[in-house]
This record gives sequence, C-alpha cells and structure tokens, in this order.
Amino acid sequence: MELVAIFISAILVNNFVLYYFLGICPFLGVSKKIDSAISMGLAVTFVMTITAVVSWAINNWILIPHGLDYLKIVSFILVIASLVQLVEMFIRKVSPPLYQALGIYLPLITTNCAIMGLALLVALREYGFAEAVVFGLGSGLGFTLAIILMAAIREQLDLADIPEPLKGAGISLIVASIMALAFMGFIGMIK
Amino acid sequence: MSTRSIGQEFTKGLWNENPVLRQLLGLCPTLAVTGWVINGLAMGLATSFVLIFSSIVVSIIKKLIPSQVRIASYIVIIATFVTVADRFLAAYFPDISKDLGPYVPLIVVNCIILGRQEAFSSKNSVGRSLIDALGMSSGFVLTLLVLSSIREILGSGTYLGHQVMGSWFTPWIIMILPAGAFLALGILLGIALHIEKKTKSRI
Repeated sequence: MELVAIFISAILVNNFVLYYFLGICPFLGVSKKIDSAISMGLAVTFVMTITAVVSWAINNWILIPHGLDYLKIVSFILVIASLVQLVEMFIRKVSPPLYQALGIYLPLITTNCAIMGLALLVALREYGFAEAVVFGLGSGLGFTLAIILMAAIREQLDLADIPEPLKGAGISLIVASIMALAFMGFIGMIK
Repeated sequence: MSTRSIGQEFTKGLWNENPVLRQLLGLCPTLAVTGWVINGLAMGLATSFVLIFSSIVVSIIKKLIPSQVRIASYIVIIATFVTVADRFLAAYFPDISKDLGPYVPLIVVNCIILGRQEAFSSKNSVGRSLIDALGMSSGFVLTLLVLSSIREILGSGTYLGHQVMGSWFTPWIIMILPAGAFLALGILLGIALHIEKKTKSRI
C-alpha cells in the first residue's frame, strides 16, 4: 500500500513540475508540440528511474557507510552527467529507432534540475530501494503527464488572441498556474 | 573581447540581460522559494555567493581547462561552492535551510551559473567576470525580492513575518501555493516585456 501511495502521490499530488517546480526549463521549452513533449517525457522517465536506482545505491552503499555525506552534491551531479552519457551511448548501440526518438533530448536532461532533485529527494527522505524505484518511475510519469497536457494546451493557444507582452513564456506560466490549481484537487487522494 | 564599459557590464544583469525576466534562466528556484521574502532573499544570496566565486575561479583557471571537459570542470567547481553554501546555511540558519530543503543543493543545476561560466567567465578577465557575476547576481536577487514581496504581501498579508495589511485584508492563500507562483511570475514577465517595448519605442 505504501508503494502505491508513493506512486500516486509522485504522479498527481506532488507532481514534480507543478508542485516542486523542478524541470521547468524543458516544461516550457519542449512543450510546443505534443510529439516532442511525449519524447521528452519518456526520456525523462527513463533517466529518472535509473537515477533513482543509482543514486540510492551510491548514497546507501558508499556515501553513508563512509561518512561522506558532504560529498553528496558533487557525486550526484557527476554520476547523473556520466549516467546520461552512458544511457545515450547504450541506446544508440542497442536501439537506433529509440535513439532517433529520444536522441536530442537526452543531453538536455543532464542539466535538468528534476533529475538532480529526484536524487536529492530520495536521499533526503531516506527511501528504501523499492520506494526509490517507484518514486523515480512515478515522478517521471508525472512529468510526462504535465508536459503532454501543457503541449496540448499550447497547440490550442496558437489560435488564441493573447495580449502581446504575455505571448510565449508569460501565457505558458499562467496556464501552468491553472494546471497547478487543478492538480491541487488530487490532494485529498493521499492522506 | 567585450567592448562594454565596466559600468555597462554590471548594469546589463539588472535589466537588459536580467537572468530571470529576460533570459528565462533559473526559473525553478525563482518559483519554488518565493512564498516568503526571507526564503527568497536567502536563496538569492546563496546563489549569488556560488555565482560570484565560481566566476572568479573559472576565469582564473580558464587556460588550464581543456575545452572537451570544460563543462564537467565547471560543474565540479560550482558543486564545491554549493556544498559550502549548503553547509553554511545548515550550520548558521538551520530554520531557513530546512525551509529551502533540496533547493539549496539544487543551485548546482541552476542554469544561470553554468550559463555565465560558459558564456562569460571562460572568455574574460577576472575583473570583468567578477563585475558580470555581481551584476547578474543583483539582477537575480532583485527579481526574487520583487516576486517574493508580491507573494508574501498578497498571500499572507505580512512582510518578512511582520503584519503589514490591516484586519480588513483577507489573505489570498493561493499566492503562497504553487499555483500563485506560476501566476505571479507569468504576469511579472508580461509586465517586464511591456515596459521593455514601451522604452524601446520611445527611443
């Protein structure tokens, strides 16, 4: 039950974009078309799940036993950067079609604060292994859901009559605000 | 090399190239910690500390860093200063550090800092990099201050924890919730663009 609660809360209630404000850059930058939003969402979900596993292992097997807690920030960022690189090379070798779909989005993910935020939150909340995996997967799906919804709305917005200064980022943020408001309705699902 | 005067190097960060309002960088901390002025200020100062010292170090050792691994080197330098800032806040301001939670360590992925190293410090002298970092930091702190002031006054009727609105005022709770952060920043961006257009057309 605990795991289900973590999963649902990561997708809907404590959505990474709309509640923690993590991953805003791709959320605004790659949400112009639904297709690219889906690819970005999948790439993030993929990397997030792997990051949850790897950062959990590093934190619990290397940093904590040796009292190196203060190296958390440096080691996490380096691990994430090299992990993304590795994943990119691996996908290019194993599945060219998948690489075609995710290719250009993977390098962007390195500087995505959602990934780093995930690693830090897993460490902060002292999750167990299973919880970390579920949290990583759920957060990724939550990000995917938010960015796809955003892209769908923005495709419609192209036709709307928007005041000149609000065009682009301004109106996107206001739309995000209304989405965050809607997602607040899910709070009752988790006690 | 840059042809700007020292003064322009500083002031460009305040408005023309303001990291948040004009370049749309560092939006995550901008949205996340601005529910209270004190948190916004702490975040702004912590980020400034990291930006200023990273810029100094990067501009000093720019010739020593091979260009293939420059991004990784910048990240290590930034992460070092972030660790210092994180430990400092945790030791001297435990309450603020707890409030900011994972957002202090997340300064390491703040695109403003990496962006300035890549775009400026790696190409300019120590002095210019310092001025540039000071300007960008001031722009960032000011933006956080404006946004958190709006959100705290409207959202809870207080400023830095002191009651400023009369008893007639019903706090707009929404302003301190995530939805209010998006709304306030969206409108602020609109206003900034509007002012920019107005001043441009006058010249």
